[in-house]
Amino acid sequence: MAVTGGVLLLYVVAHMAGNLKVFAGADSIDGYGRFLREFLAPVLGHSGFLWVVRAVLLLAVVLHMTAAIQLARRARKARPTGYAHRARVPGGYAARTMRWGGVIIALFVVYHVLDLTAGVLNPHGVEGAIHDNVVADFRHWYVVLAYTVAVVALGFHLRHGVWSALRSLGMGSARRAAAVQAAALGVAVLITAGFLSVPYAVLFGFVR
Amino acid sequence: MRYTLRVWRQTGPDARGRLVEYAVDGVTPDMSFLELLDVLNERLLLDGDEPVAFDHDCREGICGMCGLVIDGVAHGPEKATTTCQLHMRHFDPAVPIVVEPWRAAPFPVVRDLVVDRSALDRVIEAGGYISAPAGAAPDAHAVPVPKPAADTAFDAAACIGCGACVAACPNGSAMLFTAAKVTHLGLLPQGQPERHSRAADMLRTQDELGFGGCTQTGACTAVCPKGIPLDTIARLNHDVLAAALRSPR
Ligand code: HEM
Ligand code: SF4
Ligand code: FES
Repeated sequence: MAVTGGVLLLYVVAHMAGNLKVFAGADSIDGYGRFLREFLAPVLGHSGFLWVVRAVLLLAVVLHMTAAIQLARRARKARPTGYAHRARVPGGYAARTMRWGGVIIALFVVYHVLDLTAGVLNPHGVEGAIHDNVVADFRHWYVVLAYTVAVVALGFHLRHGVWSALRSLGMGSARRAAAVQAAALGVAVLITAGFLSVPYAVLFGFVR
Repeated sequence: MRYTLRVWRQTGPDARGRLVEYAVDGVTPDMSFLELLDVLNERLLLDGDEPVAFDHDCREGICGMCGLVIDGVAHGPEKATTTCQLHMRHFDPAVPIVVEPWRAAPFPVVRDLVVDRSALDRVIEAGGYISAPAGAAPDAHAVPVPKPAADTAFDAAACIGCGACVAACPNGSAMLFTAAKVTHLGLLPQGQPERHSRAADMLRTQDELGFGGCTQTGACTAVCPKGIPLDTIARLNHDVLAAALRSPR
């Protein structure tokens, strides 16, 4: 869980940072897209690097989901009879929404790949015209809303996920607990804000 | 004062249980929750009914025998308080109180509110000890223990094995209990030789017994009558990981 989550986190950080190129103009982001396709092309062929990344991501997602399903099934087996009176589960909102939050993010990724990678759900949908595709998307409030829901869900997922992963790896006993806490919150806020900056910049006309 | 209780009644391990409503009269604010059940049981006996079975021993918050889920919260609404130390002044007589046993597959219900918590003993048997040659007691100062280690180990040793952490955990995990033992023994010099194998063995045994997997929700610490901190779990994970890395078995 912690290791596959870590791989996905690295991807999300890189992706978020790459998206910020939208603010540097159409050439910058479209060029970045071409760069990713040509990167290591002599060795891996056109888009080869991209396919390697996709394969690693897919493997990480599958293993991450497998671990989550195993945990959920063990939890159900460990408490076959529930409580008649259910108190609100103590512990944070982020911790309580890990499973459903994960499902929301997974569904979003499917939609998102069909939207901006395959282009089939994109109002513009021209391959390689990343900037125009993104702008065509986020002129619509409902697309922005869908992205907002997913990114906020991702923020909560990371808030608990990063914290829990660091502790699963044995960090955060007493002395470092505060640092681990701060790191998790920092990562979550940074990722959420970074991702959301693009749709809202388009919606409010800063990027056109 | 009169309180209304809805108590889980179950005649045996395989019987179907249900919540039964009772009105209990003559309750005073400084009675403990177990004394409330005593009052109920006296009346049930006088009426020729079966009294409600519940576990208890010391009634002073140190033995870990008592434990009820009261209105959905293990050991009831007061923080860092065992059921035996919980007083009726914290309850509104106008609101019915729901009383249930710990719910976890490794803790089968024996009768009414009594569950069998021997699974925790199995976890201890897997490594919750130190192997030392028995003999004359060593001098108290023969093995120096750093003060911070002694303090943290002592806090972890405060775990009374009540199992509230399991009862509260949405995953039905015994991680806080196991982590308390691993922290207690793993911080002291005497616990070092078996430190990593202890953590790995206890965790594996806990999993095999059918407890759920920890996702660090924090529900355990919130109900723990001894305030065992969640940090102990990070320490357990650290030692389990070290066991996997250091001694490939
Ligand atoms: C506002 C936020 C986001 C924007 C503007 C955005 C933008 C994009 C764009 C333009 C592409 C296509 C790149 C190309 O064709 O070269 C893409 C691909 C992708 N994005 Fe996002 N993205 C956002 C959020 C997210 C989030 C939150 C996740 C995951 C949790 C995510 C995961 C992915 C994945 C998996 C791909 C496919 C990569 C591939 O197969 O080539 N994105 N994104
Ligand atoms: S860790 Fe706390 S709740 Fe769990 S058994 Fe020990 S004292 Fe009880
Ligand atoms: S009866 Fe001993 S701790 Fe409650």
